[in-house]
Amino acid sequence: MSVVKIDNVTKEFRGGTVALKDVSLEIEEGEFISLIGPSGCGKSTLLRIIGDLIEPTRGVATVNGKPARQARKDRDYGIVFQDPVLYDWRTVGRNIALPLELAGWNRQKRAERVKEMLALVELSGFDRHHPWQLSGGMQQRVSIARALSFDPALLLMDEPFGALDEMTRERLNMELLRIWERSGCTIVFVTHSIAEAVFLSTRVVVMSPRPGRISNVIPIDLQQPRVAATREEPRFFELVTQVREALHLGADLDVPAVESPV
Amino acid sequence: MSTAPPVAVEPGATQALGGVVGRRLRDWIPAVAVLVIVIGGWQLAVPALGIKKFLLPQPSSIWNAFWDNHGDLLHAGWLTFQQAFFGFLIGSGAAILLALLLARWHALGRAIMPYAIAANAIPIIAFAPIMNAWFSPFGQSSKIAIAAALCFFPVLVNTLRGLSSVRPQSLELMRSYAAGELEIFRRVRFPTALPFIFTGLKVASVLAMIGAIVAEYFGGTLGDLGTLIRSQYQVFDYTNAWAGIFVACLFGVGFYLAVALAERAALRWEPSTSD
Repeated sequence: MSVVKIDNVTKEFRGGTVALKDVSLEIEEGEFISLIGPSGCGKSTLLRIIGDLIEPTRGVATVNGKPARQARKDRDYGIVFQDPVLYDWRTVGRNIALPLELAGWNRQKRAERVKEMLALVELSGFDRHHPWQLSGGMQQRVSIARALSFDPALLLMDEPFGALDEMTRERLNMELLRIWERSGCTIVFVTHSIAEAVFLSTRVVVMSPRPGRISNVIPIDLQQPRVAATREEPRFFELVTQVREALHLGADLDVPAVESPV
Repeated sequence: MSTAPPVAVEPGATQALGGVVGRRLRDWIPAVAVLVIVIGGWQLAVPALGIKKFLLPQPSSIWNAFWDNHGDLLHAGWLTFQQAFFGFLIGSGAAILLALLLARWHALGRAIMPYAIAANAIPIIAFAPIMNAWFSPFGQSSKIAIAAALCFFPVLVNTLRGLSSVRPQSLELMRSYAAGELEIFRRVRFPTALPFIFTGLKVASVLAMIGAIVAEYFGGTLGDLGTLIRSQYQVFDYTNAWAGIFVACLFGVGFYLAVALAERAALRWEPSTSD
């Protein structure tokens, strides 16, 4: 069973902007899917439709075999934004516990899980710190810990490392892969960075704008698990080139959308 | 470098308490110096420039007038403060309630806000005599009404701003957790608005004292501060009037500080409240 199924989804915003047109995509369990494309290609919109934060104008989004709305109500996914969106009035530990509180976990279970999650993102001991006492990279790790705290099968990430410097970004990429392997969750990851998309993903979904659509889906056959040296393999560069060319085809030349090869 | 090792600031627990107190004292030195210079300059300037006593008495004689009569003056201040305080509670409470309604139902806000803004342009102080006619001039209601009316608008505007300054992604996050309206209000909107509400309350605390005293000028009971200051002017006892103003300052500053302390207790998490 696919974790995410997007079936002929179109999204028109008020004023007539077509953010997405007839987009279809299936994501299998355990995949790491990157959505990449220039601004206005609808990649963030697609992510929000999967999360039922935006309603499609036409078409259906299915998550875990149920309508996206039901999946959201069942708390089937966690989400991470570019901004960590941590609440300043809560400590790091209580930020991570927020979804657990909403799901009605008791205090002791919450405390245990917060401890586990802090260990997972290598922030043990920062339980009682306030968000403003942490660096940007650390804040984003708290945000990831919060998104995964209730064991969702699906993790949605909207340019999570877009605001971080290159060093921090590469470090967090490695950490994210480690978390992904350990938790076995499915990840949908929106990014602007070609190298990041290739390094992380099992498939890269290339999107193009006006109207937003999927122009190509490129399977990434780099060996798992990915390591720092993966970035220096010839195959990595080949795939980066392939994604780049797909992006340019989609953006510059007004070619018809290519059928997905998968 | 922003991952490990942490660049985090250790919270205050690691600082010795003595260090904190010492730093606080040092922070106060400039303010105390200004106070000493102003009071000292005033004390010396009055005789040096030959300023008449009814224009400006020396600080020392104001202090003496206060000390000679401090029982009555503080009692008067307390009466006035009570009126200001009830006005503050009523005005601020009503403003917060209305702000909650306006933030929840935007159509209501669009219907009411233009009039609220227009109403704010009314010099409410000028209503003091009318309020005295509406209520009894000798009762407390008219003073409480003026104080409440003065508190209302700054609290309303600040609360509204606070409630509407929630970032869209905060709401998306809560929606992703299937949180209901009430949960979102309790866990996001209200905490976000709280610093703004306190800004409004601090302004309101000062306005409440002013409102109560001015309302008393237009007819208060014997023994409240406004009446006391006015009657001293009428008998040309300016030094005692100044002593009354001094007491009004004491209560006004005390009220403000109490609200500021409540703010600090409520917003302990905020880095900016520690200064």
